[in-house]
Amino acid sequence: MNAVLTAFHPRLAPAFDVERLRADFPILQLKIDGKPLVYLDNAASSQMPQAVIDRLVRYQTSEHANINRAVHYLSETATSAYEAARRKLQHFIHAREEREVIFTSGTTDAINLVMHGYGRKFIKAGDEIILTTLEHHSNIVPWQMLAEEKGAKIRVVPINDAGELLIDDYEHLFNERTRFVGVMHVSNALGTVNPVKQMIAFAHARGVPVLVDGAQAVPHLRVDVQDLDCDFYAFSGHKLCGPTGIGVLYGKAALLEAMQPFKGGGDMIMSVSFEKTTYNTIPHKFEAGTPPIAAAIGLGAAVDYLSAIGMDAIADHEHELLSSATEQMTRMPGVRILGTAANKAAVLSFTIDGVHPHDVGTLLNQEGVAVRTGHHCAQPVMQRFKVPATSRASFAFYNSMAEVDALITGIRSVQKVFA
Amino acid sequence: MADYRALYQEVILDHNKKPRNYGTLENASHHAVGHNPLCGDHISVALNLKLDPERVECIDGIAFQGESCAICKASASMMTVAVKGKSRTDAETLIQEFLAMATGKLDLDSPNLIGRLAVFAGVRDLPTRVKCAILPWHTLHAAFNSVATASTEAAQDPMHAPIGNA
Repeated sequence: MNAVLTAFHPRLAPAFDVERLRADFPILQLKIDGKPLVYLDNAASSQMPQAVIDRLVRYQTSEHANINRAVHYLSETATSAYEAARRKLQHFIHAREEREVIFTSGTTDAINLVMHGYGRKFIKAGDEIILTTLEHHSNIVPWQMLAEEKGAKIRVVPINDAGELLIDDYEHLFNERTRFVGVMHVSNALGTVNPVKQMIAFAHARGVPVLVDGAQAVPHLRVDVQDLDCDFYAFSGHKLCGPTGIGVLYGKAALLEAMQPFKGGGDMIMSVSFEKTTYNTIPHKFEAGTPPIAAAIGLGAAVDYLSAIGMDAIADHEHELLSSATEQMTRMPGVRILGTAANKAAVLSFTIDGVHPHDVGTLLNQEGVAVRTGHHCAQPVMQRFKVPATSRASFAFYNSMAEVDALITGIRSVQKVFA
Repeated sequence: MADYRALYQEVILDHNKKPRNYGTLENASHHAVGHNPLCGDHISVALNLKLDPERVECIDGIAFQGESCAICKASASMMTVAVKGKSRTDAETLIQEFLAMATGKLDLDSPNLIGRLAVFAGVRDLPTRVKCAILPWHTLHAAFNSVATASTEAAQDPMHAPIGNA
């Protein structure tokens, strides 16, 4: 199996030393009921390498104070580490300017920021917002709330049986009332990589801004927001080997400046009196209150770690894992893969005939294999495929071929129990 | 620990594969549908309450159907077997005992009506699966409290009726 796949990817397989990388992740040494942990729930949250853990400890041990406030040593150290993290994130997604990188608590928070800051200011009654069937609830519900408040309308791009967006239908949804597009870069439920660059170009030709939910893309492929030309790009730290409670909203400076603040409070103001408050410049306008400083710095360390490995090498290795798992599962009777798009990232959603996904999850757990079971916060996708739920294996660069095999063996044992 | 491994044992797998009292019940006096919004599972329970010669309310017939995982389906199947022919009072006691067992609060050594249902004891070690095992029992409780035109509005939903102390 390995040899065959190496032949498909001759330029990288030997250079990618997964065992060396695994050693960077203390949690991967865990045993679950005596069995080695096979962690295949990376789309829900990834694990943290020692380098990031160490950075958090160093910050908390010798650098912590509140930022942007006092003139003392620690405050200056913390502020400069926090702003350095912002620049690391800027470079990681190739944003033009560091002020275009806003720290949020995660993707959900970032999307809500755009809904409140942009949507509530610029979207009016009768306007239309285009979303897709693939969206995570976090890129549906905020827009429904806005549509209800404003009397706006949501139009939805359908998908085909492979889980790919129907781009012709997308283009036909545009009319003179279209004001906004929200689309995910990579589907968390199916793994589909959407042609966002093409979709953005089409929207821009009609003067419509586009928000890309990049939560599942940033950990798995090289993202260049200038190349995509997206107006907004949202992602989370904890899916990117960083801490929870931190995420990023990238926005084009001109748009961010035109937007109204989302949360009011300290740090987001220039001056405050009871007569008039002047808001701070971006990005601070959108970072009210004390941010999760340690988490932001930890995320900076995480993207350093990932950049050192190289996002292209990561994407290639994960693609090998996905190809091998897909190939083996396709040959298994009674196993159905949901999401067979031509362009996929390392997500494998599947069902086993006659076995409910929750039973699959519990039985795989008995083998030490951690997968997600449920609707993946993407109920419209489940409805499209007429299933209540699926099991989902999602890979990271630190997963090995042996773990793919453990998944396959696990699925066989589930089928045996229910035979 | 590791007790939960026993969950997927013969008796549960058998009830999952060949659920007893599966289907609909003609002229049911009581009925309720239970939902597990987290996983989309749903189960409906219909039953006939009758007065026995001593004027005690008894479960004369019971049936269930729905879509769910093996734990839930087997739990529903074994529940119908356990309560069929029992008095409503005994069935309500059993509901409370089952809920207590699933959450690790029942002393199985003290007198109880659990019997063969003890195969579900291991679910207490799987907090995310407890809801699967108890859904049928909540639904049975809701059915006991159902009225002919049971509302699906949350405030009046029989699914939200309090169940003892469990």
